[in-house]
Parts: sequence; structure tokens; C-alpha cells
Amino acid sequence: MAQYQNIFNRVQVEAPAHGGVPLADKTWPRTRAKMSYLLGKFGDAQVGPVYLGTTGLISLVCGFIAIEIIGLNMLASVNWDVIEFIRQLPWLSLEPPGPEYGFGLAPLNDGGWWIMAGFFLTTAILLWWVRMYRRARALGMGTHVAWAFAAAIWLYLVLGFIRPMMMGSWSEAVPFGIFSHLDWTAAFSIRYGNLFYNPFHMLSIAFLYGSALLFAMHGATVLATGRFGSHREIEQIVDRGTASERMALFWRWTMGFNATIESIHRWAWWFAVLCPLTGGIGILITGTVVDNWYAWGLDHGLVPPYPDAGGAGDPAQP
Amino acid sequence: MRIDTRLLSISAALAALILSGCERPPIEATQTGYRGTGMADVQNPRDPAETDAYPAALPAAAASGPTAGDTYQNVQVLGDLSIGEFTRVMTAMTAWVSPEQGCNYCHNPADLASDDVYTKVVSRRMIQMTQAINGDWNNHVGDNGVNCYTCHRGNNVPEYIWFDDPGVQSAMATYAGNLKGQNQPTAENGYTSLPLSTESAHLTDSSADRVRIIPASAHPTGEGGATIADTESVYGLMIHLSQSLDVNCTYCHNSASFQSWESSNPARTTAYHGIDMVRALNQDYLIPLQGEYPDNRLGESGDAPKANCMTCHQGNNKPLNGGNAVEGYPSLASN
Repeated sequence: MAQYQNIFNRVQVEAPAHGGVPLADKTWPRTRAKMSYLLGKFGDAQVGPVYLGTTGLISLVCGFIAIEIIGLNMLASVNWDVIEFIRQLPWLSLEPPGPEYGFGLAPLNDGGWWIMAGFFLTTAILLWWVRMYRRARALGMGTHVAWAFAAAIWLYLVLGFIRPMMMGSWSEAVPFGIFSHLDWTAAFSIRYGNLFYNPFHMLSIAFLYGSALLFAMHGATVLATGRFGSHREIEQIVDRGTASERMALFWRWTMGFNATIESIHRWAWWFAVLCPLTGGIGILITGTVVDNWYAWGLDHGLVPPYPDAGGAGDPAQP
Repeated sequence: MRIDTRLLSISAALAALILSGCERPPIEATQTGYRGTGMADVQNPRDPAETDAYPAALPAAAASGPTAGDTYQNVQVLGDLSIGEFTRVMTAMTAWVSPEQGCNYCHNPADLASDDVYTKVVSRRMIQMTQAINGDWNNHVGDNGVNCYTCHRGNNVPEYIWFDDPGVQSAMATYAGNLKGQNQPTAENGYTSLPLSTESAHLTDSSADRVRIIPASAHPTGEGGATIADTESVYGLMIHLSQSLDVNCTYCHNSASFQSWESSNPARTTAYHGIDMVRALNQDYLIPLQGEYPDNRLGESGDAPKANCMTCHQGNNKPLNGGNAVEGYPSLASN
């Protein structure tokens, strides 16, 4: 007999599509809801209703423009050869203006396209944030999702706008490209004397790995107590059942302490939010306050002293 | 079960695809720095061993007797050699550079003294360059020195030379698609998206300290340090060094601080002088020869062929496995 499992279930429970609660501020009609057997394999089989709204629509248009500017520039750089575009795509890139333009405007083909793509991408992201905030409010929800998204936007803005502004040069910003943004990252760390000695970088990594760890612990705990009804975890926040009793006891047994079924979500939210928040601070003070993190680490007892490697020293300083 | 088999074969194919770029373990790692710093030379023991070597020196010739300069006409270099030694060096050069064409690759057979074959003019300058490398750049080439074979290896034109990249020649490309001298996959930049070192001025411009990008002090000094664009171009140059020598970053650097000279290996100093040397050679010898070459020896932009680290090293941290290039030919050892 078929069994209902938590994930990868073979059984799909189908009910008439649910259009959602009636809302007071509804300005646009919602799309119809549909059922998807395939998506039901992974989550809820119901797709939609999608609410786009004014901000969502403008955001999508701006995002499309940004992607077009980036993509067409990449296509132009291989002389409009589609085969070469596909072949070289990981290498292709839209670069920010060079240092000679400072934080001002640049000719289109010398960074101007980058500024324009950045403007539209940023507009798209900010409008999408407004949309998330307003949709949450419309449903009478808290705005936790919007603020978590804002933490990511903070890091994005630091990298592409705030820090370049403080350094007085667009050329400090990240290029739009697959390998080029990775090479930018490595170059950034090298230029500023090894970002691993930046305490805010350390914090960011701790929260990044911590988020993954908490996610794994929480997911595993809920799945492991699924047979006792833990998938109704929200109900168990207010009316604790045997599942939450067991999971709490499990963690007290194994590590002496447990988060509650409510507080674990605060742990996870803060870990996730603090990752880009601390990371953004680390990026922002790099080059503006600290120029060489290794030297900073030496000054503050962070770098262990190693014996000289036996080199002849700086050839320019005999 | 059918789905499982299909999934399994797809996963296996994907795994094979992803791993196809890897070399199988075990690797051989030789510690090159203080323990715990990750300084190691990593090699695949199954790679064929480097067997490059200089050809055996020709038998010695009589050092006495009239000199070439007194005997022959228009001898502007090596003129103080005896005729025997002069002929010996010429014979060796023929084997190094034009083994198939012989003497006539550079000489007009009707008049050996004539300068109307362009290769003769270039060769003369190259002999002077070789002497300058061996005489002035001991801090890079050491006692091993170089001779024609170091770069030529039996080819008329060394295998690894470079030209300016004319870029995408398209009217469309004037308003979009500026790659800014980077974002092109080539072996020279190790298939990164970093700037090509040959596109930057690092190998042609001797203005001091272009390669220094990391400040020694913890805090900004207000003088304005290197930009990210500077950094990427130096990074591209370093990838070129790494590719040319078949070594990784830690051959020279302690990656905890690429800047600190105290924690760097001695090889970094050798490489530092090497960068200076390539600049000087391109500037003083190779670029000025532009007017001598026929069109088919010039780059797409009409520029002269130039040298970089790969020209001599050819994937070996010591060219030709550290063979000595000058002990058999002392006349090439200095100017």
C-alpha cells in the first residue's frame, strides 16, 4: 500500500485549488491557480495564484533590461557570433568603468553600459523588495522575509555602489560575468592583503556555515520526528505535542541544550541575515579603513609569527 | 526500478563529465615552506618527466690565430673571436635556429658579409641581446645563462612569442562589447577571465613598481593605492608566470601574505628580476627591431614579436631543466 512520506512521496493529495484569503487592498486581479503533478513531487502541487502588481511588473521589466544590456554586450564582444557566445559564456563579462572615470559617468563602451545595467538591476531588486514588503503586509504577515532580503541587498549595494562611492571609483565594483566576478573576488582579497584576516569576513563565514549547520539540524530534527506529527510544527509552537517533546529531549540528550520549536526559526533567521550583514561591513571597511588585512592582523596579534622563509628580502630596498 | 537505473546512469555520466578535467590522485607534494603554511610544490608523478636539454657543445676550436673581425668584413659582433671559434659559434647557431635552411637562412651565399637578408640583422641584435642577458641579468639567469637554443629550440622563430591583440575588429564593437583586454580564455592566462599579461604594459613598460599592488601598511596612507583594475592585471601576469614555469603560487609566495618578502621563498626574488628583464629585453631589443622584419613576421597590428616568461621557460621552472647554456660558448656569456 502506498505510504505518505515527508519528501519524495508517491502519493499526491489533490484538492480544489485555493485562491487565497480575500484581501482589502487588492489592486490587481490574481491569476488562476493550477495543479502541477511534477511540482507536487517536490512541494505543493498547486501553482499560483501569482500576484504581480505594479512594483512586480516594473521590477521584471527593469530586470529584463539589465540582463539584455549585459547579454548583448557579451554577444557584441564575440562579434555577434552565437556559437562563440555559448562557448565562451563563462568568460564573457561586462566590466565597470576604468579608474580613469572615477565615480562619474563613462562612455557607453567603456563602462557606461555597466553603470546602466547596474542602475536597472538595482531598481529591479529594490522594487522587488517593496513588492515583498507590501505583499506580506497585505496578508497581515510580519515582514521578516523582506528584511532578510534587505540584508542581501545591503551586501549587493555595498559591493556595487556604496563602497565604490566611498573609494571614489566605479572601477572598484564587481563586473557582470561568471568567471570575471570570481576573479574579482580573488583579486579583491589579494589587493587588500588577504581577506581571511578581516574579522567581519570571519563572522560572515561563521554565519554562512552556521546557517547551513542550523538548516541541516532543523531539517533533520523535523524529518526525524515526522512520524509523531512534527510537520505540523507551527501548531506545535502553541500546542506542544509529543514530536516537539521528543526533538527537544533528543538535543538535550546529545548536546545538553535545545532551541524551542519557535526559537529555532529565530536562530536560523538571524544566522542567515547576519551573514550578508557582517560581510557587507567587512567589504565596506576594506580599502576605506584597512588597506592590508595581513598587516592589520600582525598589528593586532592575529597573525601567528612564522620564521622567515629564507628569501633575499625586497629587491627594491637593498 | 527503471527510474533508478536511469537516474543512476545520468548521475554517473554527470560525475564523469565533472571529473574529466581532474587528474587522478595520488599527487606528489613537496613541502617548500614552513609547516602549516600550505607551501608545497604539487606535481602529478604520472606526468612524463621533463627531458628538455641543451644539445651537446661542439668540439672546441683553436683559440689562437687571426680574429674574425680582422679577417672578415662587416663583423659587428663576436669580432674578437678567433676564426675557428667564430665559425664554431656560427655552426652552433645554425643548428639552434635554422637546422634545415643552414647558413643561407641569414647569409647571402654570394656575399656572406652583406646585410641584405633581414634575418642577419635580427640575428646580430639577438646575439647582443643574449650577451646582455648573460652579462647584466645574472640575478635572473644565474650562472646557467641563455643561448639561442633557450628560446629557439631548433625553430627559426621561437615557439612562444606574442603580439598585441588587435581585439574584435568590428564596427559594432565600437559601441558595445568592450572586453577590456580580459575575459578571453587563453592558455596564457590559464583560462581565467583575468587580463592577458601581454595586453597590459607589464612586459613592455619599465616604469618602476607597476607590479606592486599590495601596500605594506595596515591602513590607507592617503596616497591612493592600486586599484582593483591594477590588481587584476598583475594577477593576470602572475597566472602567466605560473603557467610558464608550471608551478603554483606557493613556489614563490606564502599565500598568507602575497606582499610580505620575509615569508616569501627565494624564488620570488629571481622572478622579480625576471619581470624586469623581460621588460628591458622587449623595450631595448625586440620592439625596436620592428622595422627590420618583413610583414609576415609582424603581428596583426604590425607590431614586432615580443618575449614573455614562456619564451624561455616553456613550462619548466628552470629552462631546459637547469642546463648550462654558456659554458661551451663563453663568447655569448657577456658583452
